[in-house]
This record gives sequence, C-alpha cells and structure tokens, in this order.
Amino acid sequence: MARLIVLGGGVAGHTTATFAAKWLGSEHEVVVVTPNAKWNWIPSNIWVGVGQMTKEEVTFDLAPVYAKAGISYYQAKAVSLNPEGSESSDKPFVTIEYTSTDKAGQSENIEYDYIVNATGPKLNFGATPGLGEGSELGEHTVSVCTADHAVHASEKLAEAIEKMKGGTRQKFLIGTGHGMCTCQGAAFEYIFNIENEIRKAGVRDMADMKWISNESFLGDFGMGGLHMKVGGYVVSSKLFAESLYAERNIEWLIGAHVSKVETGKIEYELLDGSTGEEEFDFSMLIPPFAGVGLKAYDKTGTDITDTVFAPNGFMKVDANYAAGAYENWKASDWPRTYQNPTYKNMFAAGIAFAPPHLISKPMKSPNGTPINPTPPRTGMPSGIIGKAVAHSVCDLMTKGENAHLHEASMAEMGAACVASAGKGVFTGTAAAMTVYPVVPDFEKYPGTGRDTDYTFGEIGLAGHWIKHILHFLFIYKAKLNPGWTLIPE
Amino acid sequence: MSNEVKHVKEEVNFQKNEQFTLTMMPGAFAKKLRTCLIFQFIRFVIINIKMIIVVGKSH
Repeated sequence: MARLIVLGGGVAGHTTATFAAKWLGSEHEVVVVTPNAKWNWIPSNIWVGVGQMTKEEVTFDLAPVYAKAGISYYQAKAVSLNPEGSESSDKPFVTIEYTSTDKAGQSENIEYDYIVNATGPKLNFGATPGLGEGSELGEHTVSVCTADHAVHASEKLAEAIEKMKGGTRQKFLIGTGHGMCTCQGAAFEYIFNIENEIRKAGVRDMADMKWISNESFLGDFGMGGLHMKVGGYVVSSKLFAESLYAERNIEWLIGAHVSKVETGKIEYELLDGSTGEEEFDFSMLIPPFAGVGLKAYDKTGTDITDTVFAPNGFMKVDANYAAGAYENWKASDWPRTYQNPTYKNMFAAGIAFAPPHLISKPMKSPNGTPINPTPPRTGMPSGIIGKAVAHSVCDLMTKGENAHLHEASMAEMGAACVASAGKGVFTGTAAAMTVYPVVPDFEKYPGTGRDTDYTFGEIGLAGHWIKHILHFLFIYKAKLNPGWTLIPE
Repeated sequence: MSNEVKHVKEEVNFQKNEQFTLTMMPGAFAKKLRTCLIFQFIRFVIINIKMIIVVGKSH
C-alpha cells in the first residue's frame, strides 16, 4: 500500500484528494492535511459580504465528507517537506502542526510515497503596511477572502448603510491592496454587489464609490484583458468594464500600488510614479498572495527551500522559469504536468504552483515599484489541474513510475467566470464570461491570443442564474453527493 | 424652438466624470434586455452551451 498526501483542502486539493480516493479505492491510502475544519465555496463569499448569504450557506464540515470517501484527514498545517527522508530513513515525509483544538500546536511527521502541494495562497496582508500583519487582516479595511472575513465585512457594510440612512455620506473604496495582487475579479464582484445593495436600500445618492487596482487598464483581470465579439465588433474587455463602472457611477483609479493603509485613508503610488492619498469610510482591499511558507530540507537537514520553491513561496513545477523578457514569453512556458522537476513524486496544484511569469504585461513605476496583476489560478483552472494531477499520481501508484503523466496546461484550458453584479432572482445581474485559453497563445491565435468563438462576456440575469446554480452545484459536488463525478470542474 | 430639457436617464452619467465621457453606456433597450425573462432564458441556454463546450475543450 502506498500513501498519497494532499496538502490543502481547497478547490485544487479537495478535487485531487477525492478523485484519487475514488480511483485508488482501498488499495492505497489518501491523506489530506489542511488547517481548516470547513470547506468554503469562496466565490459565494461575495454574497456573505453583503449580507445576502450566511457563513453556513457557503461552508460545510470536511471531516464527515472525508470519512465517507475513506480519506485520512489531519486538521493541521504543513510546516516542512523532507523529500529525501532523514539520515535514518530514505522515506520522504512532511512535518505538520495540528490546528484542531484538541491537538493545537503539536507536531508530527507523516511519511509519503507521493505528495501534492495544494496549499493555496498565504493571504499576505502584511505586504502592505497597515493592511494587516502577516496573514492576518488589519483593523482598517475588510476582506471577503474567507467566510469569516466576509461576515465581518457584511457587518461593517450594514453599519455604513445605517449611517447613510441617517444622513452621513460614505465613501467606498474597493479593489486591490498592493501592486502585485491577483483576484481582481473578487473585488470587482464585491464593489458591484455593494452598489446593488445600497441602491436597494435607497441610499445610493449618499455613497461615493471608487475602484482602486493594480491593473494597467480596467478589465485586465490578471489575464492581460480579453477580446470578445459584441455587436459585430471584436472589442477589448477594457470597454466592457469601463462601461459597467460608468453606468453604475463608480470612479476608478488604476495602475495603483497601495503603499500604506491607515484609519480612513490609504497612500498609493501610480504607474507614472506619482503618489497620492485616498480617503474612505468603508474599504475592502484584496491582499497579495504568497506561498504559505513551506520549508524543504534534504537528507542531511540542509535547507533546500530554494530548490523546491520559487522566491514567492510557490512550488516549482515543469514550467519554463527562464523565459526572460515579455517579448520572449510563450504559451509553452506554462506547466503541463505540475510535477516538481527535482523530486518526481511531488506535484503542485492550483494556486500553489509557481507560474513561469505574469500573463499581463509587466509594468513598473519610474521608482521601480512593480505594479501589475499576478496570474489568476483559482476556480475552474484549479479544479482541472487538481483532477489531472490526481490522474497522474494514481497512474504512477498503480502502473509504476514510468506511467504517462496527464496534462492540463493553462495555455490550452478555458475558464468560465461568472462575476456577480447584484443578487436577486428576477433583478440580479452577473457578467458571465469565458476565456479560451486562459493564457493567451499568440502563435495559435494571432491578434487576440484567444479563440474569440469561445471567449465572450455579457451582463444579465442569465449570468446571475448561472452563478446561483454553480453555488449549489459545486457544494453538492464537494460534499460527494450521488453523481458528483458527473459535475465538471 | 422649445427650451424643454431632454433628460435621458441612461446618458446623464457621461457628464458625472471625465473618465465616463470616453466610454460607452447601455441605452434603455439594452438595460431592459438584461432582466427580460424571455430573452434571458434564451441567453441562459446559449451561455450554458458555450460554457459546456469550453469545459469540454479544457479537459
């Protein structure tokens, strides 16, 4: 019997572990190590953040699901990897530290035959002074990155709405909290859901709303934007996004690196090198992501973290990390198997893998501050990569170490993104978008880098219905209810 | 010649901010279509088909 350890229980980790457990059966052991007791459907945190859903509606307990799947579950965080074992044993192992209340702080080594790093990101609030400390959210802004953060955001929003009803104007500042953030889509959804809620509350005329982000143009979304067919034209997402902001009377400040956050005020630097301040009464700023800080040691105990992980803490995989300047970037730089080049029994999935470079054009201010979105790897790509990695590991475990590895390049994979712009069965709207492929391939699709037959976006009630259905569908699937394997990632 | 103000609700935001002036804004018909049940049901079917094709091409 061989053992597969999956680090992380988010979209990528959960997908990897559950498919591996199904395909391997009782012949082999699947272990999940995740610090969380609950699974969270993160896209719906937006609706928790505006009080339209409860925390309970977007989370469920992991333990009974893993028990049903025959997966060994450790509520713990991984601290370090020893891919060569120790001086006394050749067996690789991972050191974990329990986070469950009964064993909090205790450490343990777990040996493995194969390991998948799907730890997701560290929410690096500490990268911006005042935004937070380490991975902890600070006191000046709110967040929707976790269900608990979203509950807190909802309470603060309710307070702001009450103030407006009492005659006090409120300034809302939503966007990204650092020049190297990703996940602009979540902030995009949040600002339009807030706008929708305060309009429903009858106080829209008491609110000043502003978007701030590290995108060099609205609609970049960390993917260098996208082009789609509209009304006989092929147009940039810039036009699509700007139109929506203008329609909803939301100003924007782009190409911005938030350098400091204080009570009711941020300081920022723009791509042209200028600096400024922006005041707010309510602010949600997405933090930058980093690797979770896993260490790696060789057999003698020497630190080999730099060998296994990129400087940003994400795990190195089969990507071309030596692509160099933007002009040299190719779709083929992106990983296909997500296997670590040094240790072949080690894979990374979802946000945890180190991308070869950005997707958006890299930019710096004259002061040398990088201000550009980092590549998104959440949602559908995470699930697809997790499933491909599970397939590869299962084949390696059952067919031997020469088994064919399954591939899932983000340069050959599409993504469906449904960004809510307001909740309501008959009045809600959402921007339903698909991009194909996620990473543009300008050799295959000269001009836009993508197939415009499958890259599209439109706003409407249909998008809201799809987002709502996806909420129930993916929670149903994650709970491993009957037929879960039939629901695509 | 009438001095009556022609107030088009969908167009007033163009004047609110210099940023808004240079973009496009949906008119009343386009906005109505966004929540028109019959039209949106048709779009729901079409978008789902397109998304299923993209999902299929990605696996």
